[in-house]
Amino acid sequence: MSILITAQTTFIVQGITGREAVNLTRENLDYGAKIIGGVTPGRAGRDVYGVPVYDCVRDIVKAHGQPEGAIVSVPPRFTKDAVFEAIENGIKTIVIVTENIPRGQVAQMVELANLRGARIIGPNCLGIISPDEAKMGGVGGPAANTRQAYTKGPIGVMSRSGGMTTEIASTLTAAGLGQSTCVSIGGDAIIGTSYAELMPFFEADDETKAIAIYSEPGGRMEAELAEWVKENNSRLPIVAFMAGRFMDEMKGMRFGHAGTIVEGKEDTTAEKIERMEAAGIAVAERIEEIPGLIRSALSSKGIEV
Amino acid sequence: MRFYEYESKALFAKHGLPLGTRQVVNSAAEARAAAEAIGGPTVIKGQVLSGGRMKAGAVKFADTPDEAAAEFEAVLPVIVNGESARSILIEEKSPIAHEYFVSVTWDGRRKLPVVLFSDMGGIDIEEVAETHPEHLSRTHFSTILPLSERVAKEAIGAVGVTGSDLNKLVPIVYKLIQLFLEYDLTLAEINPLAKLDDGRFIVLDGHLDMEAEARGDHKALLAELGIGDDETRQARPPTEFEIAGARVNAVDHRGVAGNVVEFDGNLGLIIGAGGGSLTLFDAVRKQGGKPANYCEIGGNPSMSKVKNLTKLILSKPGVDKIAVMMNVVSNTRVDIVARGVIKGCIEAGKDPAEVIAIFRIPGAWEDEGFKILAKHGVEYCDRSVSMYEAAGRACAKMGSN
Repeated sequence: MSILITAQTTFIVQGITGREAVNLTRENLDYGAKIIGGVTPGRAGRDVYGVPVYDCVRDIVKAHGQPEGAIVSVPPRFTKDAVFEAIENGIKTIVIVTENIPRGQVAQMVELANLRGARIIGPNCLGIISPDEAKMGGVGGPAANTRQAYTKGPIGVMSRSGGMTTEIASTLTAAGLGQSTCVSIGGDAIIGTSYAELMPFFEADDETKAIAIYSEPGGRMEAELAEWVKENNSRLPIVAFMAGRFMDEMKGMRFGHAGTIVEGKEDTTAEKIERMEAAGIAVAERIEEIPGLIRSALSSKGIEV
Repeated sequence: MRFYEYESKALFAKHGLPLGTRQVVNSAAEARAAAEAIGGPTVIKGQVLSGGRMKAGAVKFADTPDEAAAEFEAVLPVIVNGESARSILIEEKSPIAHEYFVSVTWDGRRKLPVVLFSDMGGIDIEEVAETHPEHLSRTHFSTILPLSERVAKEAIGAVGVTGSDLNKLVPIVYKLIQLFLEYDLTLAEINPLAKLDDGRFIVLDGHLDMEAEARGDHKALLAELGIGDDETRQARPPTEFEIAGARVNAVDHRGVAGNVVEFDGNLGLIIGAGGGSLTLFDAVRKQGGKPANYCEIGGNPSMSKVKNLTKLILSKPGVDKIAVMMNVVSNTRVDIVARGVIKGCIEAGKDPAEVIAIFRIPGAWEDEGFKILAKHGVEYCDRSVSMYEAAGRACAKMGSN
């Protein structure tokens, strides 16, 4: 199995006629996604690689039934409205690709999603991929490149960096470790779904045997994951890669992503590494150490992969 | 982006928060005149963005106009964390009965805004949190449900404040919450929020931080406060090299080739994307390399952007070679980056084979990219060489490994 999306998942693309959205629509279709419609206000009646375009999400629901997911790829100032529209039209999994959205607006989207039982991935992310089934978002790029980096298997991947999601998957693939589902969770200070919030999904997925994460300075997400692991007695060994160690001494400077800034001690990589290791999460210093650390954690539980 | 104290106070005043009489001054004569107008003891404060100015000597007190003028001269040259004062704020000094702390910020974990309130103001709040947690309340509030004063009342009441103090504090804290939301702030803090001997409450010092992404929505306010578009207001002001990097990125909207941060090493870095840059910068440093810069490329930047970034980095004094490295790319075309970098080297009058220490960008269009690199004799590698190893090869060529 996999989490969040399968080959059967139906979804839509909001902002489908934009340059980036056109590309990712094609890449997702080529990878086997079931995209049943797209939205760009004022562009009803057109199509993008055979996907019909509508003015409103409601019109897609009327014409094609309830889609399960949505990719939101619209400019920052229209994103909140697009996400509200998806949520209010019954969509339950929403991938927000757009970056540079002020966090006050992200908080509003997340609050509404929580009220309605919807889940947001992102913003500022490349989406979700369940290898050999489907992907939802730009993760992996063109289908041929995606197939080269991602293969089906027992490792769940979560990453605050879209690009590093693929680097990790590619490294796992080269070592003979396929992936169940990889989630680019987004690089902003407030995101829809954190590592700890995804863990119950992986925990419930029989196919997933271990987790690899990419983490960096800023925020409390790694501390939250460490607490979750301790409190829930997880069956899944986790290997974390920690980037941005140089930032520990550069207080107040923003590097890489909007959420990546060291303000207090808890934002530093040193503190995060300490918390994760205390919770039994192995921390790699190089990406290429991840497969070996996963294999040794699994073999100590009597699992060979 | 941070606001100076005098800017924060201008915004507080605009929204009716209680403040002492104050004036921004730029000479000793102005300081004397301001102190005369205030007509009593004053405090003279250097306007810097970084904290710790009291310890650094950038805050002084005066009883007379002459003293105020003298203290102006004393405060003006004080450097706080490498930062000199933009101007000096002179403000009436009132007898204080008690100091409070209030701050509104985001809780990324709960994904909600939170009011922090303490009746132990004026001191480091992290210390209060550790030593007197019962004196610091945390009150989250919704961003979509109707907002009302009860949030402020609960925050204040939670540390045991009651009576007329509670009722006087509520509107102040509530206004701060409203400011926080209205202007897309990431931090709105008043510390200390003082109760004076006569029972009035006033804002003694405040700190506001606006989300960089929201600047476009608040142009009128920024213009009113005199904050220019080129002021990044990060922890330190940008260097000329960094400003030039921002210009390279602003030339067209295709992808990113920028976010340049200056360091003092000899190895120029053209690296990406966001997470990849953090990973590669660590890898270079770990293996003894001395980066001349940090930067980010990604999102399929145009060839000319990559070219201009390459030229900029090669023009930096002390840069001997450059390393061009990214994680496996999804939407950036390897061939376009390869062309841009090679063109940049040639236009800078350098031999690409000599000056490019390593090119490691695997992914879309890599075969085309590698062909171009081979033609120019540039050392490149695919994904079978890890990011760490690629960085190591570059460091080895610098003779630092």
